Amino acid sequence: MSVRRLAPKELQPASFAFTEENLAWAKQQITKYPEGRQASACIAILWRAQEQNAGWVSEAAIRVVADMLDMAYIRVLEIATFYTMFQLSPVGKKAHVQVCGTTPCMLRGAGDLIDVCKHRIHHDPFHVSEDGNFSWEEVECLGACVNAPMVMIWKDTYEDLTKESFGKVLDGFAKDNPPKPGPQIDRQFSAPAGGPRVLKEPQS
Amino acid sequence: MTKLIIDGKEIDVPPEYTLLQACEAAGAEIPRFCYHERLSIAGNCRMCLVEVKGGPKPVASCAWGVRDCRPGPKGEPPEISTRSPMVKKAREGVMEFLLINHPLDCPICDQGGECDLQDQAMGYGVDTSRFAENKRAVEDKYLGALVKTSMTRCIQCTRCVRFAAEVAGAPEMGAIGRGEDMEITTYLETALTSELQGNLVDICPVGALTSKPYAFAARPWELGKTQSIDVMDGLGSAIRVDTRGREVMRILPRINEAINEEWISDKTRHIVDGLRTQRLDRPFVRENGKLRAATWPEAFAAIAAKLRGANGKRIGAIAGDLAAVEEMFALKQLLASLGSANLAVQGGAAFDAKAGRASYIFNPTIAGIEQADALLIVGSNPRKEATLLNARIRKRWRSGKLKVGVIGEQADLTYTTEYLGAGIETLNEIASGKHSFADVLKKAQNPIVLIGAAATSRPDGAAILSQAAKLAADIGAIKDGWNGFGVVQATASVVGALDLGFAPGEGGLSAAQMIAPGGLDVLFSLGADEVDVASGAFVIYIGTHGDRGAHRADVILPGAAYTEKSGIYVNTEGRAQMANRASFPPGEAREDWAILRALSDVLGKKLPFDSLSALRQAMFKAVPHLMRLDQIAPTDASAVRTLAARGGNVDKTPFKAAIDSYYLTNPIARASAVMAECSRLASGQMLTAAE
Repeated sequence: MSVRRLAPKELQPASFAFTEENLAWAKQQITKYPEGRQASACIAILWRAQEQNAGWVSEAAIRVVADMLDMAYIRVLEIATFYTMFQLSPVGKKAHVQVCGTTPCMLRGAGDLIDVCKHRIHHDPFHVSEDGNFSWEEVECLGACVNAPMVMIWKDTYEDLTKESFGKVLDGFAKDNPPKPGPQIDRQFSAPAGGPRVLKEPQS
Repeated sequence: MTKLIIDGKEIDVPPEYTLLQACEAAGAEIPRFCYHERLSIAGNCRMCLVEVKGGPKPVASCAWGVRDCRPGPKGEPPEISTRSPMVKKAREGVMEFLLINHPLDCPICDQGGECDLQDQAMGYGVDTSRFAENKRAVEDKYLGALVKTSMTRCIQCTRCVRFAAEVAGAPEMGAIGRGEDMEITTYLETALTSELQGNLVDICPVGALTSKPYAFAARPWELGKTQSIDVMDGLGSAIRVDTRGREVMRILPRINEAINEEWISDKTRHIVDGLRTQRLDRPFVRENGKLRAATWPEAFAAIAAKLRGANGKRIGAIAGDLAAVEEMFALKQLLASLGSANLAVQGGAAFDAKAGRASYIFNPTIAGIEQADALLIVGSNPRKEATLLNARIRKRWRSGKLKVGVIGEQADLTYTTEYLGAGIETLNEIASGKHSFADVLKKAQNPIVLIGAAATSRPDGAAILSQAAKLAADIGAIKDGWNGFGVVQATASVVGALDLGFAPGEGGLSAAQMIAPGGLDVLFSLGADEVDVASGAFVIYIGTHGDRGAHRADVILPGAAYTEKSGIYVNTEGRAQMANRASFPPGEAREDWAILRALSDVLGKKLPFDSLSALRQAMFKAVPHLMRLDQIAPTDASAVRTLAARGGNVDKTPFKAAIDSYYLTNPIARASAVMAECSRLASGQMLTAAE
């Protein structure tokens, strides 16, 4: 696991403010919890801040969330640096690729996908590509082992990948025309590849 | 009570005990790092593992309740072993893991010799390491002027994080990152702001947090240790003064459950360098407007010449913040023999000892705060005036059973308060029952009305005090078994002075009258540095530091600081405690009582005691309760009613903070470079040069 620290000062924006819509949403999240327990909404609100802030959490955002929840800054910093789902430095504008590298995916060729990332995006994870559009990281199991190997980009998963089909997925993102999420082969969700094999016709 | 068998010994413990407490009750020693009696339980160091019979693996005894233990198959009490092979192996394993990343730099570590990790590695560890890989290194953090960090040594017990959040009430420390990369830090390495941060060094079980001013200064085994009493505020915290040779190297807390538990404030702890600098080490006499070094006989002769034929009514004495009762008693005797009743103690103008002792002490007692359920703070910032009393209020508040209302300066007291108002009008509103907080006070079982220096230091302090006493009486704070009228004295000398009657006698002048232009011919200043004496009076300054008082003085007689003399101090709750001598006064400086005794001889008014014990005998005869050290003499609560009946006019201006700079309240603190830096950090000015 990588060392999780805030991005250097040069990359940090000076301020952060929730959009009106997100602010209303955040306030509604807080009301889910009893009086004095607003801190419970921290992860949800921090996540919304990450979504609004181009996929990463800035230092300013941490302060805004802490003030909103009446928490000490250090408490929110602890949370942001603990959970790997929070990105602490800028990610690709078009896609941040999370490649699953846990055993089932690894056995089915996650290594190839990582190779593709290394060549097409950046040699190292958590670095944005030269054009600033892509970044990648290796993550632990994302729970789609039946469709291994797979990646997750933003909120969608792209499954049953090969080097080639993963390349096409990335091409799609580069052209702002992402492919359909889910299996990238002839397969419905995690049903057998090539169509159903059992229960094809009613048994008498 | 629950029966347990610990190491084959049957023992009965309350069910709410943890296994660790039960094992200690049974006399078994349990090693620990993260567990601390006064902090919440973390259970992350795993050093306290014990074996519970029937369980598959050892359990962390600090986080395992006695009531969670299952009885044996036939209903036998649960059996716990702290010495079995399983426990031994578990401890050795934990120790080995802790030492994987811990540097072997004990020879250059300030914690060496008093390090929990060192001791427990000796006691429970193995002699070799199987770890051949690289060790992890962690960058050191900047935490302010008092706490030095060597974070590679940190074992992530999180005691500091819990202390800052729970006891100090300044949640500034935190653990960022995760796993191997977890690091303890403050938010973006900003300096700590708590005035209890020095305690982080004490609770750190390893050398990760050490004292910055004391860095590389001494080793624990070369220090002489003297148990003493702190005088930086009115609480009289229990301290241990560590000396090497004549020099005081550091001050540490001692446990005193009645006052400071086991914490002390930063001012108490880091005043040490102030005891070395700016010291008056020889007498001085002012000649032609300039002070020149003199000998004792010369200085005494100058005083004798001035006092010869002087009118007793034109002589007076003011005692300072750090005066012990012995020297005040001697000075009182001396002034009486000179025919003067002009006596006053700094910060004591609002109090009248004749009203009774309960009228000027903190009657509920510091430990008694833990029974209180409503607290009204009138004109006080207890965080600055009595830091550990504030920590005690916070402790009670954390239990959820204390409601706090504040009249006066609005300040962050580390707990939630209801801000009621700025001045006397709000107090009147509450007294007349118009204010909603009046109901809170009336409904409370054990309410406290706390009044502090922001109110009592005003010229109309006596009247405010009287109104606060009246309120306390009206809401039923004064009853059998509970006296809820509490005065927080911000300095160590006031209660002792009032006990002795070191206050204006019959026809005597008050402090304000004495320092006014033309007020006096001769003024004895016993370390009174906060008063501004008008020109005209001949000032004899008996004190320790070249501070405001010494600048104004015409004769300076160098005295002993609180670590250099044995003296009794009475704290704000009326508890007489004795400070002990840890080192000696510098140069020609002498103990204050001895100076007064020698001076009295030169003046031909020889005081009737030749030794400190003779002085004390005479003093105990006059004020017997000073003899009962570490106890609070029972007081008559009717004194509060007497005080309440006094009344008086109060100005309507809001109460202003009594202490502007917490770190610079007395001459020792003002001489300390460490306190100066703390003050600078607290006021928001950053140091320009790198540390």
